[in-house]
Amino acid sequence: MASAVSSLSRSSGLTARPLATRDAPWLRYTLTAIALGFLALFLVLPLVAVFTEALRRGLGAYFAALNDPDGLHALKLTLFTAGLAVPANLVFGVAAAWCIAKFTFPGKSLLITLIDLPFAVSPVISGLIYVLLFGAQGWYGHYLAAEHPWLPGLQAWLIEQDFKIIFAVPGIVLATTFVTFPFIARELIPLMQTQGNDEEYAAITLGASGWQTFRKVTLPNIKWGLFYGVILCNARAMGEFGAVSVVSGHIRGETNTLPLHVEILYNEYQFVGAFAAASILALLALVTLVLKSLVEWAHARRHA
Amino acid sequence: MSILARNLTKTFGAYTALADVSLEIPTGKLVALLGPSGSGKTTLLRIIAGLEFADTGSGRIDFHGSDVTDVPAGKRGVGFVFQHYALFKHMTVAENIAFGLTVRPRRERPDRAAIDARVKELLKLIQLDDLGARYPAQLSGGQRQRIALARALAVQPKVLLLDEPFGALDARVRKELRRWLRHFQREIGVTTLFVTHDQEEALELADEVIVMNNAKIEQVGTPQEVYDRPASPFVIEFLGNVNRFATKAHPLPGAGSDVLYVRPHDVDILRDYHGEHGVRVHVQHVFSAGNTGRVALVREDNGDAIDAELSRVRLAELNLVAGDQAWVVFRHIRLFPAGAFTERDVATEDATPAVADPGQGI
Repeated sequence: MASAVSSLSRSSGLTARPLATRDAPWLRYTLTAIALGFLALFLVLPLVAVFTEALRRGLGAYFAALNDPDGLHALKLTLFTAGLAVPANLVFGVAAAWCIAKFTFPGKSLLITLIDLPFAVSPVISGLIYVLLFGAQGWYGHYLAAEHPWLPGLQAWLIEQDFKIIFAVPGIVLATTFVTFPFIARELIPLMQTQGNDEEYAAITLGASGWQTFRKVTLPNIKWGLFYGVILCNARAMGEFGAVSVVSGHIRGETNTLPLHVEILYNEYQFVGAFAAASILALLALVTLVLKSLVEWAHARRHA
Repeated sequence: MSILARNLTKTFGAYTALADVSLEIPTGKLVALLGPSGSGKTTLLRIIAGLEFADTGSGRIDFHGSDVTDVPAGKRGVGFVFQHYALFKHMTVAENIAFGLTVRPRRERPDRAAIDARVKELLKLIQLDDLGARYPAQLSGGQRQRIALARALAVQPKVLLLDEPFGALDARVRKELRRWLRHFQREIGVTTLFVTHDQEEALELADEVIVMNNAKIEQVGTPQEVYDRPASPFVIEFLGNVNRFATKAHPLPGAGSDVLYVRPHDVDILRDYHGEHGVRVHVQHVFSAGNTGRVALVREDNGDAIDAELSRVRLAELNLVAGDQAWVVFRHIRLFPAGAFTERDVATEDATPAVADPGQGI
């Protein structure tokens, strides 16, 4: 025993930390190299490739490609869609998390499962469901074509407005909202569950109304989680491809979002245009990441 | 403000948390709801607070003669203090204390200066004058609980309800805060009901103790009453250490063994004994550290263990070591018939505790 101890202390040296808390140098360097190599190959390289491809013909061609009216429209539509989907999910997500985390009621686990549904099904299927519901051959199409419709005034108005859902902006917003629904609720539910109800109960016994309790007690407690959820939700809303691709109809300058626009340009061998548009998406993603880091940093500082 | 609760029943699915419980708390008293976990004491407290409601159709709660059964928590005028403080983390201490005043509708709300003055007054009352600008995370557990108390008192509640208020504190702080609370409650005179599972806390702090078990109230009385005249085997076992022996020698009716209880401090150890009530024992272990001496003994006739508690001085006089033979005499015993353990009704009607002479029927 004594000899084993002395040989251990000899091999680890006098100044080094105990051997038990670190591995051999070659192992540490190899593992670090594998991790860094993986990151470089799968994250950094594609990002760099996007920008080099976009700038292959020089800055002039890059900005000319960005100035393309269809591309600009796609950017606007993407921001518009995210601008509707994210606030909608903010409200639904907070409401769903609030009732799941703070109350018990029959069917609660079913509701939790339903919230996860958009994560579980492929976005393409989500898109197809909307086509089946709201397409020309779907319920909505039948409603518009019906001779004796329910609420005839509504039907007349919809026909008069030529209000389309599929292959139009409403479908894109619906599909995006559906696909991004779980982000905020999923972020908030565990947070609100660990916080428990005591603070809310305290507020209620002190005479606060339900709304005051939510605004002054619950909301400040979930603020950071909520920001985080909004950022993730926004990132996905801007980048969503599958579901949007099914419902949009790819009408250039009308129903193309940025990701769809990139695909179209790429298929037409307009590589500079495709990568220029992709670089905008990548930049939006980077802005999102910076925001996310800022939120995390601010949160950490608050709790330091 | 007195509290009167009648016939409260509360069930969660198949589980009964309260079974037809009634209680009355007189104005200005400090009352403990004492019981093991799962006895229904916290549920009872929350129903009185209005955070939970008794089963539909059951029970009624009056605060000073007016029916509050269906009044929501915020309108009952109760101050509630939680075991884990439940302070608002993102607000300063002063904002926490002011909360109940600032959420009032505008026409009832005192102006800013009045609120500030009230906060200052309360901070002084809880002896934390300088901490108004701190956040709860920067304070110790004892300080946080005092702030929770000040926050509850800011709205001048008619009754103060505390749910295991010292449960999350370490032993020394708990003792200090306990003493402080008793003094404080006497000073402001608000009717106070607190929940605890710590019998020492209940006996030390309360004017009156309500002992609960299995969704029912076992006994209500002053600390001395419940300790000296326990109404049931449960009460005697729950309130402090006790030696328990089965005995058949007592004439009370009932099959099975009657049970005899002796508190360790009622066990007297003698080196020599020539009377007829002594029990022959030998010493198993002597615990001489602590403020009283404790001795673990074993009866020689049947091998039952007996714990004795005696003063350090007496222990030194006896000079016992493990293995010694000695006699014990019981100064005070309490006997419950076998029926008291199976049928609660028997316990309350027939089993009026018998105080026997020392050593009788052992």
